[in-house]
Amino acid sequence: MAKIIINQDRCKGCFLCVNFCPKGLIKKSVKLNKQGLNFVEFDSNGECIGCMQCAVICPDCCIEVDK
Amino acid sequence: MKKTFKRCQSLYDLPAHYCPGCGHGIAHRLVAEVVQELGIREKTIGIAPVGCAVMAYDYWNFDCSEAAHGRALAVATAIKRVHPQNIVFTYQGDGDLAAIGTNETIHAANRGENLSVVFINNAVYGMTGGQLAPTTLLGQKTSTSIEGREKKAHGYPLKISEMLALLPGVCYIERVSLHSPPEVLKAKRAIKQAFKNQINNLGFSLVEILSPCPTYWGLAPKESLDWIRDVMQKEFPLGRIK
Repeated sequence: MAKIIINQDRCKGCFLCVNFCPKGLIKKSVKLNKQGLNFVEFDSNGECIGCMQCAVICPDCCIEVDK
Repeated sequence: MKKTFKRCQSLYDLPAHYCPGCGHGIAHRLVAEVVQELGIREKTIGIAPVGCAVMAYDYWNFDCSEAAHGRALAVATAIKRVHPQNIVFTYQGDGDLAAIGTNETIHAANRGENLSVVFINNAVYGMTGGQLAPTTLLGQKTSTSIEGREKKAHGYPLKISEMLALLPGVCYIERVSLHSPPEVLKAKRAIKQAFKNQINNLGFSLVEILSPCPTYWGLAPKESLDWIRDVMQKEFPLGRIK
């Protein structure tokens, strides 16, 4: 099964990946990162299909995809 | 399990200074990936504009030069003529390419310089505070058109790609968008084509990218992508222009 690795300190919280994940596996965090922003978290229990839409749309290149 | 997506060597591992949801980050990555995939990193020279992307040279791991406002294509012409074996491209916003640099843009295209141009169209001046740009849509509110752009006072949105398509020296013009992951991949294909044209000595190529500016459009990042899809695309239709 595929998974994604998010660089949470680099994330600026635009949440575009949250909108484009077809499985709804990316969620907004409650905590804040080093920049003082809400970041995104990956639900590793879900069934990620490795479609890379999150990584393709991320403006800050924070997401790596393993498949 | 293997990595199917990661940052490429042509893009430094640094935090970008752009606002959350800004299209410049995506466009920078696409250019870097194209340079990497074509194997031309060692001989590519990029020209950074004045505008939000003024520090683009900090992010790309290949040679870059800065140009005075609007003069990126003049600088690119000089570099390409002195170093014809190098791959030279400019990366310019609409305030740079379509406003102060219209003259340089039209003449570089008319001379048919063998260059690739990445033109970021976000319909406002981003760096200076969201003022009205030549590409601002009719009715769009900006900090210098607070009631929306009016045709009587401000004229119509300037369609630089359609204008340049009339010139015989131009070999390739395509308008793409960043409003969804499939469109981002199409944008990458268009940028790759523009670079390939230069490698094959075909002449002037330009890729216009409709890019979101959530901060000065006053929209959330996802809403600004929807605005490109629903509103901006009607004024600036996507597809191959030449």
